Amino acid sequence: MALNYDDLPKLVLPTIPDLHKLDVYRQHGGYEAYRKALTMSPEDVIEEVKKSGLRGRGGACFPTGLKWSFMPKGSDKPKYLCINGDESEPGSFKDRQIFEYNPHLMIEGILIAGYAMGITTAFIYIRGEYHKWVRLVEQAAQDAYDAGLIGERMKETFGGDYSLEIVVHKGAGAYICGEESSLMESLEGKRPYPRIKPPFPAQKGLWGMPTTINNVETLACVPVILRIGGDEYAKIGAPGHPGTILLGVSGHVNKPGVYEVPTGLPLLDIINDLAGGVPGGKKIKMVIPGGSSMPPLRGDELERVNMDADSIKEAGSYIGTAGVMVMDEDTDIPHVLRRTIHFYHHESCGQCTPCREGCGWLEKMLIRVDEGDATSEDLDLLIDVANNIDGNTICALGEAAAWPTRYTIERLREEFEKNVKKEREHTPLNIVHGLRTDSHEVESVVH
Amino acid sequence: MNETISVISSSEHDQENIAFTEEELQRIEQIKGKYPEAQAAVMPLLWLAQKKWGWLSIPVLKHVAEVLSLPFSHVQGVASFYTMYWKRPMGRRHVQICTNISCLLRGGEDLYNHVSNMLEIGHMERTDDGEFSLEEVECMGACGGAPMIAINEDYYENVTIEEVEPLLAGKDEVE
Ligand SMILES: Cc1cc2nc3c(=O)[nH]c(=O)nc-3n(C[C@H](O)[C@H](O)[C@H](O)COP(=O)(O)O)c2cc1C
Ligand code: SF4
Repeated sequence: MALNYDDLPKLVLPTIPDLHKLDVYRQHGGYEAYRKALTMSPEDVIEEVKKSGLRGRGGACFPTGLKWSFMPKGSDKPKYLCINGDESEPGSFKDRQIFEYNPHLMIEGILIAGYAMGITTAFIYIRGEYHKWVRLVEQAAQDAYDAGLIGERMKETFGGDYSLEIVVHKGAGAYICGEESSLMESLEGKRPYPRIKPPFPAQKGLWGMPTTINNVETLACVPVILRIGGDEYAKIGAPGHPGTILLGVSGHVNKPGVYEVPTGLPLLDIINDLAGGVPGGKKIKMVIPGGSSMPPLRGDELERVNMDADSIKEAGSYIGTAGVMVMDEDTDIPHVLRRTIHFYHHESCGQCTPCREGCGWLEKMLIRVDEGDATSEDLDLLIDVANNIDGNTICALGEAAAWPTRYTIERLREEFEKNVKKEREHTPLNIVHGLRTDSHEVESVVH
Repeated sequence: MNETISVISSSEHDQENIAFTEEELQRIEQIKGKYPEAQAAVMPLLWLAQKKWGWLSIPVLKHVAEVLSLPFSHVQGVASFYTMYWKRPMGRRHVQICTNISCLLRGGEDLYNHVSNMLEIGHMERTDDGEFSLEEVECMGACGGAPMIAINEDYYENVTIEEVEPLLAGKDEVE
């Protein structure tokens, strides 16, 4: 039976007009989940989130309750919460929906998280390109301040002794700032070079203090969990990765967009029933299920693949940020891979040699492949270089470049062989902008 | 032997004229107060400075460094990392066109090439009259509305080649 979007539960993005407004949000039970949390001990709140089985929506699917339990208890050091709204992984555009349509759900989630971990300051980090959404979130936070729902006055509003400050911080164009330790460096006002781990943020995070970093969507799930209870939440969707999830479907589909669905739905049903299928009824050549850094799946191997962490893993990829990119049978896959790797090359912070140089080599070779100047051995060499990046870098951007390279070539090798054998008409690509060496213009001075 | 070295270019901005107003300085104190350390205010200040002076020339960076009591090299280090902090003057309407995967699949490259030919400028270049500048951007998080372009701070999604010309000509963007 075909999926009908209207029949699916919508917990994070319910279709309520003007829900972004504080009064509307409160009319629909807003900030009551936080009130409920206050009747529980912080430990019990963490326990409830553990019970729900919630796994982070920022890419790594890490169990949220467990992450929270790593924060030291009863320390008198300041502790921090970072909300990761950098959302720069190509194919991801879901957090933006929360900023626009349900920002108070995220703010309420922040309050609950803060209370559970004894955190008094939270920083919402939003990518710089999202000017409009930065303003919307700032407005929502201001409204909550004015209503005494955050800040010093929340003690009066809710009773008790707990209060939390929220600061909105705007990025300025750097994908790497989504990596959690880079995000912290960025917030501290430094060049955002990712840190070597351990120490992990829960021990030494922002300004050396215990810190938790969560994705926007992860925190937006938290009030729902408190409201319906962890046990109930765990029953939604796939047991190993429960809840609803925001899928960003893009590429060759008739109705691209963000869809909130319970986890575990068949990927093909999502593409065909929700996203309206492929234009012209064409076949699917390739799908990237979780943002451009995740291994691609072949279009002819999508039967029985469901949109949850375990099923996608079994199929040979990861759910990542759930950015589903669909490519039809006419797609020039080497061209797509070249553009993908250009992105990671451009975004490499340059700290680790395998990433900085390796991404450059990958790009150079992929340009040759794209332009029909490569040999079959070059394809093996590409995989070899990718293997030498994987696991040898400070942060996971290395893998983000290595995985698509390795798996796209391995899984769709015939597409690349077409280029090697010059069977494909080559489409010239833009000479895309240079690297992160952007600085002030220099003049030559002769002494 | 003649030795060639590179120095950072002199800029349009005159150091003496680069200063935040009293009012802005008060606002800056507020911003600093949000963070445990003043250094964290560097990004918000660079945004403020870019809004005020249009781009982050060396004199502007020096002033930001001074206001935050940070070494100039630190501030320049931060400014040079991020693509949205401009190290050269950009047009009054900064046109950003995405060619990353989701947009590429739906004609983003054609859109970029079209605009580039139309304005006769390339990536991070400015038209002679200072009206437009162009940037080929990475994924802007609008994949559902691909292909997309942004003009200054506003997104336009599902843009066709036919629509782009009136879009660039007609809209009087707010500064
Ligand atoms: C290169 C890179 C970029 C990332 N970008 C983002 C991002 O834009 N947003 C995000 O939430 N997580 C991003 N992550 C994942 C974060 O490091 C972190 O795991 C996540 O924010 C944790 O939140 P969660 O536990 O709620 O999922 C990125 C990771 C890497 C390695
Ligand atoms: S892997 Fe790449 S992006 Fe990450 S720290 Fe190393 S050089 Fe920087």
